[in-house]
Amino acid sequence: MADVFDRVKEIIVDKLDVEESKVTMEASFKDDLEADSLDVVELVMELEDEFDMEIADEEAEKINTVGDAVNYIKNLQG
Amino acid sequence: MLEGKSAIVTGGSRGIGRAIALELAKRGANVLVNYAGSEAKAQAVVEEMEALGVRAIKFQADVANESEVKEMVKTAIDNFGSVDILVNNAGITRDNLLMRMKETEFDEVINTNLKGVFVCTKAVTRQMMKQRFGKIINVASIVGVSGNPGQANYVAAKAGVIGLTKSAAKELASRNILVNAVAPGFISTDMTDALTGEQREGMLSLIPLAKLGEPEDVAKVVRFLASDDANYITGQTIHIDGGMVM
Repeated sequence: MADVFDRVKEIIVDKLDVEESKVTMEASFKDDLEADSLDVVELVMELEDEFDMEIADEEAEKINTVGDAVNYIKNLQG
Repeated sequence: MLEGKSAIVTGGSRGIGRAIALELAKRGANVLVNYAGSEAKAQAVVEEMEALGVRAIKFQADVANESEVKEMVKTAIDNFGSVDILVNNAGITRDNLLMRMKETEFDEVINTNLKGVFVCTKAVTRQMMKQRFGKIINVASIVGVSGNPGQANYVAAKAGVIGLTKSAAKELASRNILVNAVAPGFISTDMTDALTGEQREGMLSLIPLAKLGEPEDVAKVVRFLASDDANYITGQTIHIDGGMVM
């Protein structure tokens, strides 16, 4: 459980240059982490590489919070 | 000038695309030449580039087909390690008067000449964003600026390419991906060889420099835009037309 979150958090901290404490499951990329839409696209790309998976554009558009991303990855991993 | 850079040139087996591929290779870039049908000609370009001391590969793909294009980009990355330059040059014509133009003639031209640019641009963007570097150069046409009777489909596609260039330039600037277009006028290629003597005379009277351009005239501007000499230029359309449209 924590593993996916920690890996996602690490990427977010690195890519968006934000404080670790700000990256919670509830945090919205755009509202809380000051990401613009291109940042989110880039983040999704990084997550795809990190977790070796492909996230379809339609699915990627639904990812608004850190929790959305973590849960999506967990669901795919089964 | 482009040593160690890697480039994809679509429609690179003939005409302007061939000249662009060779010019980039001459300046040290490794080049993937995309082609639609002329395999022998693509192979000839590859051999000419290899003789210049760079790595070169040919790849058949329909530029409007997303899965083929993804495979093409992957091939470039696997072979060269990066994609620094994309030249969207592939294009076709299906000229006809508007009143006679078939829907298929319109669709085919929009598909290859406009959608193809979108598909290829999207496919390289992932890699270029990671690199924090990229040069995308779209080969539009001066008729995309001026209009031309008998080419409603082609003109619509080329005008579309100019708009796409500007949007992409604005979207990708923050990632250091620069997107520009060139708009060739009448360039001596198979496309202009098909013109009648009368059409040719009519054309020349419209060109202040009173001559046709050569594919190399276009290739050199593309090479400039691809190089570090043009790192503060994005979203522009450079006319290469002997002064025809100002």
